[in-house]
Amino acid sequence: MDPLARYDSLVDDSAAFHAACERPLPSVVRVNDIKATPDRVRQAFDEAGIGYESVGWHDGLFRLADDVKPGNTWPFVHGWVYGQEEVSAVPALAVDPQPGERVLDCCAAPGSKTTQLAALMDDRGLLVANDNNLGRLSALRSNAERCGVSNLVVTRADARNFSLKPFSGEPFDRTLVDVPCSCEGTVRKNPDAVDDWSLDHIEGIAGVQKAILGRSLEVTREGGTVVYSTCTFAPEENEAVLQYALDEYDCRLLEYDLELEHTPGITEWDGDTYDESMTRAKRIYPHHNDTGGFFCAKLEVGA
Amino acid sequence: MTSENDSSRKNDGQVFNRLPATAAERDDEGRATRKEVVEWWVDRFGLDPETFENYTFWEKGAGKVWAFASDLESPADVEGLGMTFLRTRQEHWKPTTDAVQRFGREATKNVVVLDADDARAFLRGEDTDPEWDGDWGYLIAAHDIAGGVEPIGVGLYLYDELRSQMPKGRQREL
Repeated sequence: MDPLARYDSLVDDSAAFHAACERPLPSVVRVNDIKATPDRVRQAFDEAGIGYESVGWHDGLFRLADDVKPGNTWPFVHGWVYGQEEVSAVPALAVDPQPGERVLDCCAAPGSKTTQLAALMDDRGLLVANDNNLGRLSALRSNAERCGVSNLVVTRADARNFSLKPFSGEPFDRTLVDVPCSCEGTVRKNPDAVDDWSLDHIEGIAGVQKAILGRSLEVTREGGTVVYSTCTFAPEENEAVLQYALDEYDCRLLEYDLELEHTPGITEWDGDTYDESMTRAKRIYPHHNDTGGFFCAKLEVGA
Repeated sequence: MTSENDSSRKNDGQVFNRLPATAAERDDEGRATRKEVVEWWVDRFGLDPETFENYTFWEKGAGKVWAFASDLESPADVEGLGMTFLRTRQEHWKPTTDAVQRFGREATKNVVVLDADDARAFLRGEDTDPEWDGDWGYLIAAHDIAGGVEPIGVGLYLYDELRSQMPKGRQREL
């Protein structure tokens, strides 16, 4: 049985939902504002005869024609673009970092959201990218360098025990918590994503997600922003993790704007109920915008 | 003399060490100073020294200098700090591909603009033979794209040829 069928009761059109999950995803690139503008990237694509179209809701995202390998284009070589799925551009926008702030990306590799955060900060202030895996950190470093990011500190730690020691013990203004997850929402890019699906796996990884989100709330200042995101549909990894944060920490969910079609976070699942404010979180389904699936919530600390 | 001072005299290649501001503040004789590093980019490529006003500079590994657009007191435990920027501790200092791509647009000298074929060959890591009657040594190799000159990487100009220094992982066949 298709594990994604357990979400049929959550979506408006389950046939369309399943059909979208079967289709491959277009290749999408994000313009790296540190080195280029959307106009200059358009011009370079036009000169090279590369087919692309705008995504509509974001000026700096382009869907590429099927025959284009983004890595083999001059704009990629120059670090003007980064191959990044459309929905994965959502959390950094929700973080909304400002130039000069202190920002943490606690599960950062391989770096699409980190480089997007750096660009939103205009490459100024302090951006810390953490991951626990040396191989993935090396990919992160090389992606950040190609994008010309120069305000970045890379650390290797388990995000559940992230230390502020190298940062004078000072908390961050904003933290992105894009946790490891069961990746159900990436099934269009990687059809194997749901092959090893099990509820045990989801429940196990939810424990890790709770610990990472908890630590992130601790290292973010009062009044600061924490954005929690996953690329999965499972309420156990989404609303239930946020419910844990609301119960155990001084924080609350915030409203935020998103131009992509989405549905609110849910308040009931499998006999459990969640706080009413869970509707401020956003669920993004593949059939609504022809993208991957995603979940994203914005929290305020200590308020 | 304290043991703390002793340790600061040696270059520990495993951690980030801040470049001293000037030669007068230098403990490690082989370590470049902030002043020298900025002057090198200004002299070699005609950059505005203000470009680096808000940067701190660090050495990790022998002669590998990193440019960081912020500051930290004690970055000993971190894996990366800003971007790799310049190779010192050798006769001719060598800029990195990343630094040339990031800062080389503002260069006013020692930039060789390649035609389309040479630009692709350079990216493949091949030697080219562009017209050039300027300095020998490390140049910024660039090309025209989308209405401007954009740096590709570092070239070593010697004996009428430009040797591509594109790192293996950055070479591409376009």
